Amino acid sequence: MPRARTIIDKIWDSHVVARRDDGECLLYIDRLLLQENSFHGFDKIRREDRTIRNPGQAFAFSDHYVPTVGREQGLDGIADPEIRNMVELIESDSRDNDITLFGLGDIRQGILHVVGPEQGITQPGLVIAGADSHTSTHGALGTYAFGVGSSEVAHVLAVQGLWRARPKTMRVLVETPLSDGISSKDLILAIIGRIGAGGAVGHVIEYAGPGIAALSVEQRMTVCNMSIEAGARAGLISPDDKVCEYVKGRPYAPSGELWDKALAYWRTLASDADASYDREVRIAASEIPPMVTWGTNPEQVAAVTGTVPDPAAESDPGRRTRMERALAYMALEPGTELRSIRLDRVFIGSCTNSRIEDLRIAAAVAKGRTAQVPTMVVPGSGLIRQQAEEEGLHETFLAAGFEWRSPGCSMCVGINGDMLNPGERCASTSNRNFEGRQGPGGRTHLMSPAMAAAAAVTGRITDVRELTGEG
Amino acid sequence: MEPFKTITATAVPLDMANVNTDQIFPARFIRKPRAVGYAQFTFHDVRRREDGSLRPEFPLNEDRYRDARIIVGGANFGCGSSREGAVYTLIDSGVRALIAPSFGDIFAANCLKNGVLTVTLPDDIVAGLREQLRGADRPVLAVDLEAQAIVMPDGTTLDFSPDPFQKHCLLNGLNEIDLSLEFAAEMAAFEASYRERFPWLAPDAQRTRG
Ligand code: SF4
Repeated sequence: MPRARTIIDKIWDSHVVARRDDGECLLYIDRLLLQENSFHGFDKIRREDRTIRNPGQAFAFSDHYVPTVGREQGLDGIADPEIRNMVELIESDSRDNDITLFGLGDIRQGILHVVGPEQGITQPGLVIAGADSHTSTHGALGTYAFGVGSSEVAHVLAVQGLWRARPKTMRVLVETPLSDGISSKDLILAIIGRIGAGGAVGHVIEYAGPGIAALSVEQRMTVCNMSIEAGARAGLISPDDKVCEYVKGRPYAPSGELWDKALAYWRTLASDADASYDREVRIAASEIPPMVTWGTNPEQVAAVTGTVPDPAAESDPGRRTRMERALAYMALEPGTELRSIRLDRVFIGSCTNSRIEDLRIAAAVAKGRTAQVPTMVVPGSGLIRQQAEEEGLHETFLAAGFEWRSPGCSMCVGINGDMLNPGERCASTSNRNFEGRQGPGGRTHLMSPAMAAAAAVTGRITDVRELTGEG
Repeated sequence: MEPFKTITATAVPLDMANVNTDQIFPARFIRKPRAVGYAQFTFHDVRRREDGSLRPEFPLNEDRYRDARIIVGGANFGCGSSREGAVYTLIDSGVRALIAPSFGDIFAANCLKNGVLTVTLPDDIVAGLREQLRGADRPVLAVDLEAQAIVMPDGTTLDFSPDPFQKHCLLNGLNEIDLSLEFAAEMAAFEASYRERFPWLAPDAQRTRG
């Protein structure tokens, strides 16, 4: 009997090009995903006069800097010359290097972690390096995917591999399915709250168990997306029939005879039942309520029914200091009911929660209600925007007074100019509530799309179950 | 890349866990070309109030730490975004070595690629080091990579064990791409057999689509 292996072992073993004496492996990189911030990587290639080994295995995306309004004007619609320069750079770098670009004006344009799976570029068993820390998203399809900086972007372009030590493994076993009306965003926030922002450093997380099997592929992406917020090198899920079904027919997916071959291989990828992990965490998902962050790190999270915690009750001095600092930044008092916190803005979007299922859920809550605060809905790609319009979701949003925008990262990181004013408080479906993340001095409460839509129509943090009668 | 051998310099204690790259280098500065000099952006929003004035309580703003070239941080230092600007901004401020109980993975890889040493030591040791720096007349550390030793302000020595490859690259200022390209034959052989095993992944099979 061969040794029982995890999916991580299986992908790893099939990608080792060479091994160094110290045990580090040159790992083959199947796909490289680039975005506007990759310009330092292209600069390095030029400066060092390197040849790009396989331009056909790199894909570039205009997403971080693109405007979400006035798109019919193209580049001319970007007033800030520095921002326009970033969008121009990814266009010229892609063109000069013969790399496929999903750029401004292309209906397929959108956030790299949304478009990769949507186009079938992401497939089970691949190793994907992305110029963005949330590349872990692609793990939802049984892909070993991780973020890299610009020096490693250049390294992949020149070498098609990266040096890595075999990671430690951690299984997060979700033993029961989520309750009705609770989303995978609540699940991953609860997991990060449990293991902490550094809880998975050095590890790759495999999410498994009935609670994961029950999730749609899109909901799994939300889970894997936030693995990095627990410090993990990557997060992934063994592919099942849902995943194969998801990939089937997508533009870059194999077809015909090649499809059959691919499918047969994908079916061998799931972790063996008796494979062992360096660590295991068990979660009973049926007990998870809607979750909301109150601090400046995704680990600072609580049930929406709870209150802002009291640092004085925290025995660990490091944690206490961090809580005090976070509460000062967030302008929150210990003991405050989370549901009494008033908001200034709502953002529904980002690579965590901007897919069609997210938009359907948000629209269902918004239907027949009215936004009490400025609310932006930013779909993850042009194709999602189109699909939502076919389904009439945009009419629901517009009738509720929500803004219906064009795809991009937008207010997740605020570098295209969509950002909070100092002191503004925002309910956001994105993945980071760091200080200043959505704009200097901005305050972010992370939550699910349903919760964000509920927050929009009440103007305060709200338990969505009070509106929908679930739970 | 400039080799890293030894450094004797002011070290600043940063008693914060989970320092993220948005704090080290806010996202709105990523679009600045490197030529403008990234030193002005280091810890920008942690360091300054909204009106641009310095926050006196932030250690890097204290006179005694102002020319720090070493940072002694908390756990999970450099977590968050993959932006390499977070390393460029430290380099442009003169920082060449970081000491912490643990680092964000991508950040640590970015440091190595740019000749910045990351030293990982147990939590209590790093806490003790920060304490000593705060109490010392001159908060200076000597970091010797060859000897794998840090001399603390009180004259005692702290050993550390860098990853051997990291040490080799830093000491010699090696460009990793050059090293990796020495494996070109292995890569070619791998790709040939890989494309045979996984024919649906050949880039040409992809280029015709989309
Ligand atoms: S949506 Fe946010 S987290 Fe996702 S890739 Fe864009 S900036 Fe990064």
